[in-house]
Formats: sequence, structure tokens, C-alpha cells
Amino acid sequence: MGIRERLSGNEAVAYAMKQINPDVMGAFPITPSTEIPQYFGAYVDNGEVDTEFVTVESEHSSMSVCIGAQAAGCRAVSATSSCGLSYMTEMLYVAASDRLPITLAVSCRALSGPININNDHSDAMSVRDTGWLMLFAETNQEAYDNYLQAMRIGEAVDLPIMICQDGFITSHAIENIELVETDKVKAFVGEYKPRHYLLNKDEPIAVGAYATPTYYIESKRLQAQAMMDAKDVIRKVGAEFGEMTGRRYELIEKYMMDDAETAVVIIGSSAGTAKAAVNELRESGKKVGLIKIRAFRPFPAEDIADALKNVKAFAAMDKSDSFNAHCGPLYAETCAALYANGVCAPKGINYIYGLGGRDVRVESIKTVFSELDKIAETGETGDTYRYLDVRE
Amino acid sequence: MTHLAKDMTPDVKWRDITPGCNIFEGGTSASVQTGDWRVLKPVIDWDKCRQCLLCAPVCPDMSIPVGKDGKRGEFDYFYCKGCGVCANVCPFDAITMVKDEK
Amino acid sequence: MKDIVEIRWHGRGGQGAKTASLLLADAAFNTGKYVQGFPEYGPERMGAPITAYNRISTERSTVHSNIYYPDFVVVVDETLLSSVDVTAGLKPEGAIVINSGKAPEQLRPLLKGYTGRVCTIDAGRISEEELGKNFPNTPMLAAIVKVSRVVDPEAFVKDMEASFRHKFASKPQVIEGNMRARKRSMEEVQVG
Repeated sequence: MGIRERLSGNEAVAYAMKQINPDVMGAFPITPSTEIPQYFGAYVDNGEVDTEFVTVESEHSSMSVCIGAQAAGCRAVSATSSCGLSYMTEMLYVAASDRLPITLAVSCRALSGPININNDHSDAMSVRDTGWLMLFAETNQEAYDNYLQAMRIGEAVDLPIMICQDGFITSHAIENIELVETDKVKAFVGEYKPRHYLLNKDEPIAVGAYATPTYYIESKRLQAQAMMDAKDVIRKVGAEFGEMTGRRYELIEKYMMDDAETAVVIIGSSAGTAKAAVNELRESGKKVGLIKIRAFRPFPAEDIADALKNVKAFAAMDKSDSFNAHCGPLYAETCAALYANGVCAPKGINYIYGLGGRDVRVESIKTVFSELDKIAETGETGDTYRYLDVRE
Repeated sequence: MTHLAKDMTPDVKWRDITPGCNIFEGGTSASVQTGDWRVLKPVIDWDKCRQCLLCAPVCPDMSIPVGKDGKRGEFDYFYCKGCGVCANVCPFDAITMVKDEK
Repeated sequence: MKDIVEIRWHGRGGQGAKTASLLLADAAFNTGKYVQGFPEYGPERMGAPITAYNRISTERSTVHSNIYYPDFVVVVDETLLSSVDVTAGLKPEGAIVINSGKAPEQLRPLLKGYTGRVCTIDAGRISEEELGKNFPNTPMLAAIVKVSRVVDPEAFVKDMEASFRHKFASKPQVIEGNMRARKRSMEEVQVG
């Protein structure tokens, strides 16, 4: 029935890694994810895992280590944040196109500049098109649970997977957590049995080929299919995880959406704060709801469109900006999801919020809902591109 | 459908292409006919050739086979792209580049 | 105890305020509570003012923001009173616990009209006398437990003793000193 513990989000991820005992870790430290390789390094030193820990001089190299190791037939893991993730970008594309199911823990942090160590999603969102699966966590528990499901998902579709949590807000906060017994973890995650790998002496292979225009787009179409196929895999693994732990996972979480007239669409730790706002507003009779995005890649377009189809107004909350003079990535994709699924009635606005660690309060989210109230009443969205909690 | 290099023809459909264009067998360059890139082709005059073997190592492909007897043989035109390096290094003018009539 | 108690810690980098908040979370966790213990991070250095927080509740709190209306405030360094608005948002039915050798009445005028309980504990002196070093966070932790009763004080003492006996098995003098510091702190905290 699980092990009652209290751990920080970084500790929880390092502990999940320990339970899984991957073959290779390539890592370079950067705040706020540094603790993950730090704790895991201690497990390596203490002989609690038999992982080969490769220390490197940069994140470009840590991802390269993972690519080499995973191609060789190993389970490879890494962890990073912010500019470290940016520095990996070139190799993230390679990992995805080489179809190597590497697992990367990301403790999300703002990108420079101005230089800032606190949380937002500008790092993860800037690599959203690299071809990686991306799961986001609201709590330490979800960061841990997502990590335990990561390899099952990635290895089923041969795509690498990022397990994202909010830097400091969950990575450095102690919270209650229910751990899964290690024998159950090992049974759930299973052994890695790659179909093709470099160390297979019976099948010489070449990884990282050059593709001329005759082949490149076919290769990308095949990669796109893997991302589409991942939706069902994530649901299936989430359901199986639910049977084991009682904590069931989907692509999105709907909170008080059944009769909601207004809703926010949100990612990460602020979803918890927003739930408190929803609870308070529900007590005063407001029909408000929330959609939390767990899987950003693949993007749960159908699920979101279905969940939003009956609301009068919604706000997509972006913890990063696209600087396109228009909107952030979550709003863009949410609106595209609605349009593609023939849902045109809800009025939608976009809030850029929480950049560089700007604290997101229950009151912040209540402000958003009061704006949505006005829009629901008048049918006028006004400016759709807005900043939340910024000094005017 | 196998995932062998011979199946990765220009007609291959996206469902059948290898993931990442990875190649699941070794030595596949042996089957790539680079000879049809050729405009000029080297021709050897065996009377002038002294078997000095300066030509064989400079060939960027594998078009100048050297036998177990330590002597070079006839050009392998399946691979020869007609680059002319061999003709250039030959100290005895034994190799001439001529228009290729395929 | 109320369903949720929120505590804000003020200290200086290196004084252990963050550690104290994590220890309090531990102690509350061990009595079956839901806990959050988290620092507010920035480019802090030794001596810079820092803030840490605790939420302790009977049901899981989903809120992930800082705490603006704390039930209790703990000030680990008295010199912060002149530079940090330590009572900001502090509920009058709550209390502030300050590491100081002064009496509560002497400090109340510095607290911008705060009307709730003002408590002082000379954690620095207790630490010097019992541990031979200035580690104020252990006595401060004991004082906030006593004042807030967020954890049953007796259960807290037992729990901390057990965890120290585990952690410092080879250094019994550390355990005894800490236990004496904790006990004295609970006895000597002045409530004004």
C-alpha cells in the first residue's frame, strides 16, 4: 500500500532513478536540478545502484553520452534545467530522430536574461518541438509517478521523454509522498529490451545516418506517427499505474469541469494553487473548473477540445512567452485544438504568468476567473494577450 | 518488409522506412553504384604501367583493386566516379582520362 | 490544531532557517500530518535575509504559493527586525517568535503595531551554553512548537530525540546538548 514519506521533488526523482537502477547517467549540474545527479551520485558511490555515472563538461555532452549509451542498448538518464536544457537542444533533436528512449528529468527554470534561477517554463517550452515526449508534474508525487511511468512510455514508441517539474516550487519543497515498493517498481518498469542496439553482435547497425531529401520527410513522418501513437500508450500506462497505486493518470486532468462555465488551462505546480481558487469560487456558487495539462507532448488536442466544448470562456495560462506579439505556446495549441475539433463557441484569452519565479497566488487565479466572468457575460474577449500580476 | 538497406529504395513509403533512417546491417556501401556519377573514365595503358602502386591508395573509393600478388588490376568501374586523381599521380602517364561512353 | 497552519521563517543565509523549516516539516510529518516545507530561493549568500515556509495540515494542501497571511512567524535573527517587515500579513490570533535576549515588551514597539502574541527566546545563548556554538535553529524550532502547538510538544521531543540518536549515534554529546537546548527553550520562551 505504498511507503509514506516526505521528500523534495528532486529527491523523489533521484529516488525513482535509484529504484529503477538505469545503466548509464550522463549529467552536468545546473540549478535547480543539480540535486538529482548529486543524490544519485551518492547512490552510485554507495553501491546502491550499478549505474555508470559519466561526468561531462557540458549538457551538450551529457545528452551525447545518453545518446551513445541508449544506442548501445542501455537505459540512459540525465537531468537538467534552464540554459542547460538549451545547450542540449541540438542533441535533443538527434535523440528523438534516432528514436532513442532516453529519460531526462527537467526541473524547470527561466532562461536568461535577465539571469534568473527561479521557475517558469521557458526552458521546457523552448524545446517543445524537438520530438521528445513531455510530461509535467503538479506535485512531488506526480514528478515521482511520472518518472516511474516514463520508460514504459518512451520505450513503447521509441521516443525520448522529459519528466518536467517546477524548479524550487516542487524540486526544493518537502511534501508528503507515497513511494512504491522497489520490487513493484522493478516489476512495473521491467527490463529494457531494445529491438535494435549497437552492442548486438548479430546485427551490425549504423545510427545517425544522413538522409537525402528522398528519405528525410518519410523518416520524419514515421517519427510523427510515434508521437501520435504515444497518446494511447500514456493512457494505458497511466491506467496500469493506477491499478498498482490507486493514482491513475491521463493526458490531462479535469477538475470540476462537468458543469463549468469558465475554466483555466494550466500546467505544473500552479495547477494546485488554481485548484484552491476553484474550490473557493465553487463555495461561492461560481461554476468554474480547471484543466491541467499532464502531457504537453503529445499534445492532448482532442481531450482539451472535449473538455472545453461547453464552457463560455477559458484562459490558457502560459508560464513562458513566445514573443510573437500574440500569445504563448499553450494558448496557441489550445486554440488550434479547438479549431481542429470544430469547437468554436468558447471565448479564449491568454495569460502569461509566473515568469522568473513571480509567485502565483490563489488571488492571482481568482483575478483570472473574474476576467473570465466578464467575458462570459459580454461575449467580448478584449485583449487576448495579457500578462498576469505584472506591475502597471 | 525487412529493414535492410536494399529495401530503402527511393520508392520506400514512410511506414516502411527504418526509424531515424538507421541502417540494420553492415558494409552497405558495397551495394552503392557510384560508377554512374562518372563523366570521364580512367583508362590504363598496361605497356606504360610499372606496377608502382602509387595510384591504388589515392583512389577515394575502391576502384583500383590490388591482388594477392601485389599487383593492381583493371579499374572497377562499378565504383569509379572518374575523379582523375589516379591519372594525376601516375608518374608514367599510364592512366588517361577519356570521355565515358556508357 | 486548525485544519491548516501556515508558518513563515525569517533568517539570514547560513543560520539554518531553511533547515529548521524542513525539520519542523519532518516533525509534523511524523505525527501524521500533511506538510510542506520550502525556502524562497534567490541568489542568496551568507548573511543575506532569507525566507522559508511551512504549511502543516490535516488534508493535503494543493497551494504552491508563498505564504502571505501566516499564522506564525519565526525570526531567527533579531537584527532583521529593522530591515524586514516580519509581521506583514501575520494574523493577530497567531504569534511571532523572535530569537532575542530581550523581553517581548521591549520588541513589540519594533513590530509596526502587531497586536498578537510576541514571544522571545534567547536561542543564541541557549545554543552557546548547551552546544558550545551558535546554532540557534534547534532552540527556535522547540520554541515555535511550544508556542504554536502545531505538533504535540511531547511527541516532538520524543521524535527529535529518536532522530538525533539515529543521526549522531557516534556523538552522544551532540544528542545530549541538543536535547537540553530543546528542553530549556520550551521552558524559557517568554510569551508577551
